[in-house]
Amino acid sequence: MALPTYDEVIAKWDPVLGLEVHVELNTKSKMFCSCATEFGAAPNTQTCPVCLALPGALPVVNKKAIESTILIGLALNCKIAPYSRFARKNYFYPDMPKNFQISQYDEPICFDGYVDVEIETDEGLKQFRIEVERVHMEEDTGKSLHVGGATGRIHGADYSLLDYNRAGIPLVEIVTKIVPGTGKYAPEVAKAYVAELRDILRGLKVSDVKMEQGSLRCDANVSLKPIGSDVLGTRSETKNVNSLRSVERAIRGEMIRHAELLNEGKKVKQETRHFQEDTGLTRSGRSKEQAEDYRYFPDPDLVPVTPATIWIEELRATLPERPSLRRKRIKEEWNVPDKEMAAMINADVLDIVEATVLLGADPTKARTWWLGEISRIANDQNIAITDLAITPKDVAELVALVASGELTDKLARQVVEGVIAGEGTPSEVVAQRGIKVVNDDGALMAAIEKVCAEQAETAEKVRGGHLPAAGALIGAVMKETKGQADAARVRELLLGHLGQAN
Amino acid sequence: MSSLSRDDVAKLAGLARIEMTEAELLELSSQFGLILDAVARVQEMDLSGVKATSHPQPLENIARADEVLPSLSPEAALSAAPAQEDSRFRVPQILGEAE
Repeated sequence: MALPTYDEVIAKWDPVLGLEVHVELNTKSKMFCSCATEFGAAPNTQTCPVCLALPGALPVVNKKAIESTILIGLALNCKIAPYSRFARKNYFYPDMPKNFQISQYDEPICFDGYVDVEIETDEGLKQFRIEVERVHMEEDTGKSLHVGGATGRIHGADYSLLDYNRAGIPLVEIVTKIVPGTGKYAPEVAKAYVAELRDILRGLKVSDVKMEQGSLRCDANVSLKPIGSDVLGTRSETKNVNSLRSVERAIRGEMIRHAELLNEGKKVKQETRHFQEDTGLTRSGRSKEQAEDYRYFPDPDLVPVTPATIWIEELRATLPERPSLRRKRIKEEWNVPDKEMAAMINADVLDIVEATVLLGADPTKARTWWLGEISRIANDQNIAITDLAITPKDVAELVALVASGELTDKLARQVVEGVIAGEGTPSEVVAQRGIKVVNDDGALMAAIEKVCAEQAETAEKVRGGHLPAAGALIGAVMKETKGQADAARVRELLLGHLGQAN
Repeated sequence: MSSLSRDDVAKLAGLARIEMTEAELLELSSQFGLILDAVARVQEMDLSGVKATSHPQPLENIARADEVLPSLSPEAALSAAPAQEDSRFRVPQILGEAE
């Protein structure tokens, strides 16, 4: 039987989602010890007896991590538990030196929240509410490097090497309740949810939220039930989903894979699967011979967390503008059409455009530069737009230079290239490259006379009233002035010169 | 009297990665019964209104400021490792070939 198409899947099956998002907090030190959390440090340079689990070491929780977690809970409309504890989750894996992970079990610090997301549907913009079951604190594991084998993957490796710099970095896990009723929009709703979470977390400044560096990671649970049925199907859990686009692809792919199995009368296996970025497919992870048995119990080395109501309210008062409200405000203030707004969100340029506008640039101009020329260069170089050497300040300056007539749009594009190439600010690039609009009619007239003399035949045609021939002459004049002239002015002067003033 | 079967003990031993002989499994299954019975005596008391605890001291909210202190040198961190390579802990194969 052929793989069902997505349309065939959703004609028969109703997807149910569950999303677990792990967020690495951006605290300076680890969750339970004072080691640094710098990304990319040399292996095993950020470890100590606590995070290496040497005998006798005692963990002490990081206050900032608790504060950040409460902020996340509040921003996700959660209740904050007046009393919560840490628990040990026991299992053996080399990336975890203690042979247990300190986490929270039946007493998470935040619970019962929700996130609303909006997506474009056939019936227009539609809101979906994703209910949040819990937000809890835990610690990250170390990083493994698998040596030997063909692919560098864990399967078939000869042995593995462990770097524990990441072990013990504060991790917050955000777990949704099951998300029913998204139908064919399930992959987009999931993507929108993770994007909204990312924006909320970024606004709170509690995490770098870089999916490509793993500071925001999503595990997607998917199951299918026949449309109209109340009985949930068996779910699979896909890990290793490291971009917003992958969230969408992974869920779509799993829906198709489940439907194929179910259509053939087979069963979906409850298992962990790994997303393959290159193919968009998932592959089976470690098959679990025995049911997971983590034997959670309260960690006797740590005492309960009982945040005072007054502290919680103080934190609530510091919550920033909700991203959805911010988008609404920006859309109205800048008068942005729906499609352009969607493009800005999709390209993830809202922050930089807003920063550019706050530096005095016209919103439409700022948007056009970031979404157009600069996005194009970022795509060509295959890097994030925020990693380019051009800043909101540069773009604001560029917009000002164009507005004052010192640059044409065409020249400004050269300046953008220069700034991105590291040649300095727009003014510096203009000065160094000798870029300037030729406003001097005298210089232009000299160029026009020169071109008309060189292309006398063409000039004669124009003089005889054949205006389309003027294009070639204007082009030659622009070339003569190295593109620094204003083409409209050249046309005006040229036609005047040839007796065709309009 | 409570009791744990030999298989229960074998499963626990497996989860804890402790190798045990058949004789030890049988001996422990009866001993675990005694331990469970001893703990179960707590349930005979009226404990309504008593909060479960996990710490001998009535402490709450012990936390540290988010400050970085020096870590171990990689040499020190790795000094007790049975095997190491490229400043990393070396461990035996984790999973076999994909099935």
